[in-house]
Amino acid sequence: MRYERPETIVQATHLLAEADSNAFVLAGGTDLLVKMQSDGFEADLVVDIKSIAGMGDVVEADDTFVIGAGVPCAALGENDALVAAWPGVVEAANLIGSTQIQGRCTVVGNLCNASPAADSVPALVAAGAKAKIAGLGGTRMADVLDIPTGPGKTSLKKGEIVEAIVLDKPLARSGDAYLRFIPRTEMDIAVVGVGINLVLDEGGAVQSARIALGAVGPTVILAEDAAQALVGSKLEETALDVMAAACSAASHPIDDKRGTVEFRKQIAGVLARRAARIAFDRAGGN
Amino acid sequence: MSFDAAFQNQNFKSVGTRPLRPDGVDKVTGRARYGADFNMPGQLVARVLRSPHAHARIVAIDTARAAAVKGVKAVITAADLPDLSNGDKALFNILDNCMARTKAMYDGHAVAAVAAIDEKAAKQAMKLIDVEYEVLPHVVDVDAATEPDAPILNDAVFTTGIDPAPTTASNVANRSEFGHGDVEAGFADADVIVERSYRTEQTHQGYIEPHACVASCNPDGTADLWVCTQGHFVFRQNCADLLGLEVSKLRVTSSEIGGGFGGKTHVWAEPVALALSRKAGRPVKLVMSRDEVFRASGPTSATSIDVKIGATKDGKITAATATLRYSNGPYADIWAELGAMTSFACYDLKNVKTVGFEVLVNRPKVAAYRAPSAPMAAFAVESAIDELAQKIGMDALDLRIRNAASEGTRSSYGPVYGPIGIGPTLEAAQAHPHMTAPLGTNQGRGMACGFWFNFGGQTCTDLNVNADGTVTLAVGTVDVGGSRASLSLVAAEELGIDYQDVKAVVADTGTLGYNDMTDGSRGTFSSSMATISAARNAIAVMRQRAALTWDIPVEDVYWEDGHAKAAGAKYGNLAPLSVKEIAAESGNTGGPIAGHSELVADGAGVSFATHICDVEVDPETGATSVIRYTVIQDAGKAVHPAYVEGQYQGGAAQGIGWALNEEYIYGEDGRLQNPGFLDYRIPVCSDLPMIDTQILEIPNPNHPYGVRGVGETSIVPPLAAIANAVSNAVGVRMSHIPMSPPRILAALSRQKGE
Amino acid sequence: MSSIAVSTTINGDDVEFLCRADETLLDVLRNRLGLLGAKEGCGTGDCGACSTIVDGRVVCSCLVLGAEAEGRTIETIEGMANGSELHPLQAKFIEHAALQCGICTPGFLIAAKALLDVNPEPTEEEIRYWLAGNLCRCTGYDKIVRAVQDAALEMRGERA
Repeated sequence: MRYERPETIVQATHLLAEADSNAFVLAGGTDLLVKMQSDGFEADLVVDIKSIAGMGDVVEADDTFVIGAGVPCAALGENDALVAAWPGVVEAANLIGSTQIQGRCTVVGNLCNASPAADSVPALVAAGAKAKIAGLGGTRMADVLDIPTGPGKTSLKKGEIVEAIVLDKPLARSGDAYLRFIPRTEMDIAVVGVGINLVLDEGGAVQSARIALGAVGPTVILAEDAAQALVGSKLEETALDVMAAACSAASHPIDDKRGTVEFRKQIAGVLARRAARIAFDRAGGN
Repeated sequence: MSFDAAFQNQNFKSVGTRPLRPDGVDKVTGRARYGADFNMPGQLVARVLRSPHAHARIVAIDTARAAAVKGVKAVITAADLPDLSNGDKALFNILDNCMARTKAMYDGHAVAAVAAIDEKAAKQAMKLIDVEYEVLPHVVDVDAATEPDAPILNDAVFTTGIDPAPTTASNVANRSEFGHGDVEAGFADADVIVERSYRTEQTHQGYIEPHACVASCNPDGTADLWVCTQGHFVFRQNCADLLGLEVSKLRVTSSEIGGGFGGKTHVWAEPVALALSRKAGRPVKLVMSRDEVFRASGPTSATSIDVKIGATKDGKITAATATLRYSNGPYADIWAELGAMTSFACYDLKNVKTVGFEVLVNRPKVAAYRAPSAPMAAFAVESAIDELAQKIGMDALDLRIRNAASEGTRSSYGPVYGPIGIGPTLEAAQAHPHMTAPLGTNQGRGMACGFWFNFGGQTCTDLNVNADGTVTLAVGTVDVGGSRASLSLVAAEELGIDYQDVKAVVADTGTLGYNDMTDGSRGTFSSSMATISAARNAIAVMRQRAALTWDIPVEDVYWEDGHAKAAGAKYGNLAPLSVKEIAAESGNTGGPIAGHSELVADGAGVSFATHICDVEVDPETGATSVIRYTVIQDAGKAVHPAYVEGQYQGGAAQGIGWALNEEYIYGEDGRLQNPGFLDYRIPVCSDLPMIDTQILEIPNPNHPYGVRGVGETSIVPPLAAIANAVSNAVGVRMSHIPMSPPRILAALSRQKGE
Repeated sequence: MSSIAVSTTINGDDVEFLCRADETLLDVLRNRLGLLGAKEGCGTGDCGACSTIVDGRVVCSCLVLGAEAEGRTIETIEGMANGSELHPLQAKFIEHAALQCGICTPGFLIAAKALLDVNPEPTEEEIRYWLAGNLCRCTGYDKIVRAVQDAALEMRGERA
């Protein structure tokens, strides 16, 4: 195995593009090094991107937050402006693993690892986050929603690196939230995760909603019917019932060691109700 | 020298205090050496190749390509561990489990091993070992294994313990039965009968330190083994037997041990490491990965248990039965038998019968796990007791008190009890403020009792009085959680010196006589007995030295408060001699002063506990949180109360994990799905509340200080206590452990649907 | 395969070592530098026994490559005591019997130190969640939490 620590994104993309096979980006390493422990896994090249300028920064501009690919999730929770703007995204990022994992893991890594159960991804999708992707031909932007294409698979092309996540500044009267279910209080992979972002109209009713479900399908699911059920409501019980049922219906989970199909579908609705109330509250609804 | 182990009521000076443990500084500075923290010059790295199949015939193994890898110094298979068991079935089973001979019996069963100069070469060689398997049908479920069409694991196993002896092979290795009276007549006298079936899933001890050892077979025919173990003398015997070594030529040193809970009472990889070293001619270090620990060490049984209890309307139990099926892994053992013995041990029953069935399945060989087999039986019985109380309309605590065993009770497994703690722990529970604290919405309270036998066994101790009067105490039981502190206290107490003047060490097999495994809660019980005996022997020597110094008959010298004193008015002018003074002169009075002790520590007093817990269940998700927990247990005499509390708390925490989230999950392919701490979910810090403890001291009549073992009983009640609390919180009787959120939610849904 | 030369700072000392690209920081600490205090309980970041502090953040050293140590500042359990003077957390762990087998203790101490460095007055809940990545199978965590609370109290100078 070869270890490279390029100092520019161009060098990094070239290293990856020119690698024969089994080349991986190393940011926090909390997924990659776990894989490296297993006998069946081979890495020929690891490209550590943390020495590239800007990778470790959260940059607040007039209308965006740009989160570098090397920023550990713990640092997101220490960024007061980001916490105030996107509390749901930060909470989701801060739910990944332990304190020790938080010191290393990144939202970009969480996204590119393409686990169906990634905590930060539903929150990012609900927030309408975009990924800034560097490649040999320059950079491009893509919706976070479009990055994972299946368990462990992404739409990234050879040589491409997600160098940052870009979040727009939230709209007025908006709020987001993320909840997940795990059997313990910490250290588990999400059995179900729900990210919700609500924007209210001047009268305090839901003007628009985005609901994203994690761990209930091969990739994150944008539950549009469920979101639609909230529009025009002030989260009355009837609207929440319809929304919860739509979340359950949109879920296509599997039975595995972490939960059953039946359980996951039911919990998707339960968490969506709870997350919607939090987001509504944060948006200033009452 | 004869030793009187009878309890002598005395006022203690050292015992019962809470001094700092002698190994504390090493352990907080990273200097303590555990299994993987030892290295030898020129040592190789070992890796074990394991079966990916739950059940498969090994048709052929070709190691030639692996052996040719640069840096590989030895590759072994079962052929390198010839069968020396000579008809000893138990020894053969150990051998077969260490390295599969004709069949792989479970996912993770070792089939070959490699020793190489580094991890990379070993890993490469592993991939080049060609194993040809003939995959066989498998069975992993304890009930499915007893079905008529189940695949048979071993054609040579015919159920023992039934008459007439069966003529067809079976996965049920043995039937055992305990009890007395006439249960049918007893049920006929009952006004109320509760009958229910229960299941518990397989759990692992979950010690944080993986098995690790360094083995060195030397050119002169001797061998050394450094290993994390609960019993280095037993490991020496097992390894010597399997490798054909003379016992005296194998020296085993027990490292600091990073948790065992019964799981480090069995050899797994140690004979393999020795065989690799023998073949390579170099020391070999073998450290299991966490994945290997889960797949290929020894978890506890999965169980399926039927319980029936009858009682009169006023709460007198008239009859009780239990049928217990325990998975054993591929090799027959006595796990269901232990379950059958412990089931009703808390109660004074006129009519009782328990039957245990040892069931073979394609899972790893079951090992002891803290009060092995008792928690599952207690879960079933204590759940049924709770249900019985509800049916009668009686308080569950009152029902237990009404039927509790006491001194003179003939236990359900045979012996008649001496003074015991079940009644006092129940009465303490009744008086405890926890029992009457208010509960909130979605909260429930549960309680349960637990029993464990406790063991004693062969024990050997050396106590050396150094020239400066300090004492070195060499013991042969392993310090799994503070016993060096406890034993130092005991030595200090008996000699009448300061705790600070005693240094306890765990001796290796070359420097002390044989000691049984540190199991059965025997470490402090039996080694303290041997320490007292050794100290008394040392005192006898010191009395002689004082007599010599004073030139008076030894009969006129007595020992008091750490001093030799001359008895009688005629010696009035002789100042007492302290240990330090006697020791300082020892070179002139006969040489070094020591006390030795070799004994079988009989009379380990049985142990009882009562636990109370409060839970809150989220009715929408089935998630349970334990919000308050109280352990009440009899310690006989708490030598170092802080470490007694620690045992109570630790056992409760393991029981809480077992009750709520821990389980081995197998796929259809018979492979373990969750061999890691990510998905084998032991409690984390944020899962638990503070765990309150109450130590009762009902002296064990068979120990000079009244000590009973305290290590195991605390894991017995939690499964039932939590199940009772959850059932009380949600109004549905939970009969399947663990009560994971999907199981609780499914039970709630079924209830709503009814 | 050629080794990578790494210059780093460990417990205040300049340290140079060679390692293979695929070696973890834990491997380097234990196998190349003789710093055996960090333990490998799982190798997958689930148990916290290998906790070390890298540039002020507590991490699992089993999930850091040795090569990544270049230019970093690393704190391990071996550097926690000031000579023969124990850190208050170390002293309190012994005093409160917060260890039984002790295999998890170095990881707990490092993680707890990292907590008190950023939060000198943590609540019980904050302690429990911060330490959730450190598994202990012996104690039920009760005495560990109390030891951390007591050490925090002492470090704040609020004890007589």
